[in-house]
Amino acid sequence: MLDISAWFNDLLAGNLIFTPTTLGYYWEGLVMTTQLVFLSLVAGLVLAVPLAIMRSSKHKWISLPIYFYTYIFRGTPLLIQLYIIYYGVVFIDGIQETFFWPILREAFYPALIAFTLNTAAYTTEIFRGAIKATSKGEIEAARAYGMSQSLMMRRIIMPSAFRRALPAYGNEVIFMLHASAIASVVTLMDLTGAARFVYARFYAPFDAFLFVAAIYLCLTFAILYFFRFLEKKLLAHLRPQNT
Amino acid sequence: MKKLLTLSVLGLAIAAASSAQARDYDNVRIGVDVPYEPMEYRTADGELTGFDIDLGNALCERMSVTCEWVEQEWDGIIPGLMSRNYDAIISSMTINDERREQVLFSDPYITMPSAWFAPSGLNISEANEETLKGKTIGVQRGTLQDNYVTDNFNSVANISRYSTADDMVLDMEAQRLDIVFLDFPIGQSTLLESEEAEYVVVGERISEPKEYFGDGFGIAFRQRDEALAEKFNKALAELQEDGTYDEIFARYFGEEE
Repeated sequence: MLDISAWFNDLLAGNLIFTPTTLGYYWEGLVMTTQLVFLSLVAGLVLAVPLAIMRSSKHKWISLPIYFYTYIFRGTPLLIQLYIIYYGVVFIDGIQETFFWPILREAFYPALIAFTLNTAAYTTEIFRGAIKATSKGEIEAARAYGMSQSLMMRRIIMPSAFRRALPAYGNEVIFMLHASAIASVVTLMDLTGAARFVYARFYAPFDAFLFVAAIYLCLTFAILYFFRFLEKKLLAHLRPQNT
Repeated sequence: MKKLLTLSVLGLAIAAASSAQARDYDNVRIGVDVPYEPMEYRTADGELTGFDIDLGNALCERMSVTCEWVEQEWDGIIPGLMSRNYDAIISSMTINDERREQVLFSDPYITMPSAWFAPSGLNISEANEETLKGKTIGVQRGTLQDNYVTDNFNSVANISRYSTADDMVLDMEAQRLDIVFLDFPIGQSTLLESEEAEYVVVGERISEPKEYFGDGFGIAFRQRDEALAEKFNKALAELQEDGTYDEIFARYFGEEE
């Protein structure tokens, strides 16, 4: 352990920008970014599944409101949504006295809400596409077995739709990671916030941003490999067989 | 023939480039971070105004050059100077050693203390580690106030960093911040004169230690533009002598000092 810290001090010796303090900022930024992206993806996914089912409903009065929601959130920049949720809400008179305020006061929750609603909208559309692409034969077979609509949804449509949606959803996860870089405009010290801090303090754009770009690259690689692993496992039936 | 043409075009290009290098600026672009009332801000009809703006325009007039103002957010203002987006910065920039390594400063043209501002309900009389414990402090990212607060209170308080002073004031009014640390006149015109809520100055105005608070505001140039800095210094001295400076000062800060 002593060796490692000695090696670490040696590595940093004479480096004016990457001191233990600034690396600490990057570390906190990494934790913040990971939390924000992970939580919003989980919440977005939980929201997106029922929304996607409703969105592919035959009844206009169910599918239209969902379409409206996804249209709004996919049709406006995430940055604007974040601004509206963070700065916009304070113009609602008396918001400070309501029980929402402890949540909206922190920068974290407005960012989390904006990211969740945004990724839920995209994920809903990804799943809807996958649900729609279920082959007619499978549905007919399920009907022939006398499955009810909900049983068919649960046993036939959703499992295969999930599999079909996987590659597109992997992209959405990576997009979300990169989109989270705007969290620093509402004072959150995420990875980009840490980089902007170092940049402004040492006037060193290359060092600050190249370093953070490398961290994002590593995160992206981790996500890519995770999804490759998932696809290998879940889409095994689509691979050519070795005979 | 074609070769000759290429060569002469190349020659022309080099000649043009070298003359640009040594050019005696007759059109100076000045970088400024707006708004930072009353130093630089926009009037209701969108016109750029403020102490820095008026002083900059007076300096340019004195030097008989045309000036163009370029807006740039604070955290990129020095890199913008380096990448030649503009030739000078007049934007309430405090002269300190950290920045001296990057840019060349004119003589200081105004000195300005910083101060803590808080809603009158906060009820602390002095800002120190004890009173700020657990509080949320607002600063503008990359300012000397940011450096001071980061180095002194990072372990006890939460620090929220903003790109513009406007966003910070907005969050102060939204009650997201307990206290902010600002150049005194900026806090005075944006917070003390605010109609939204009542704010007070907490403790004394602060201009020590020099390590953070430097030697007053200066105009920043690229290191190699010594001639341009000299020209500005000379014009500044003239304005201070003939009373133009005092007139501009009085316009924004009253007759005090």
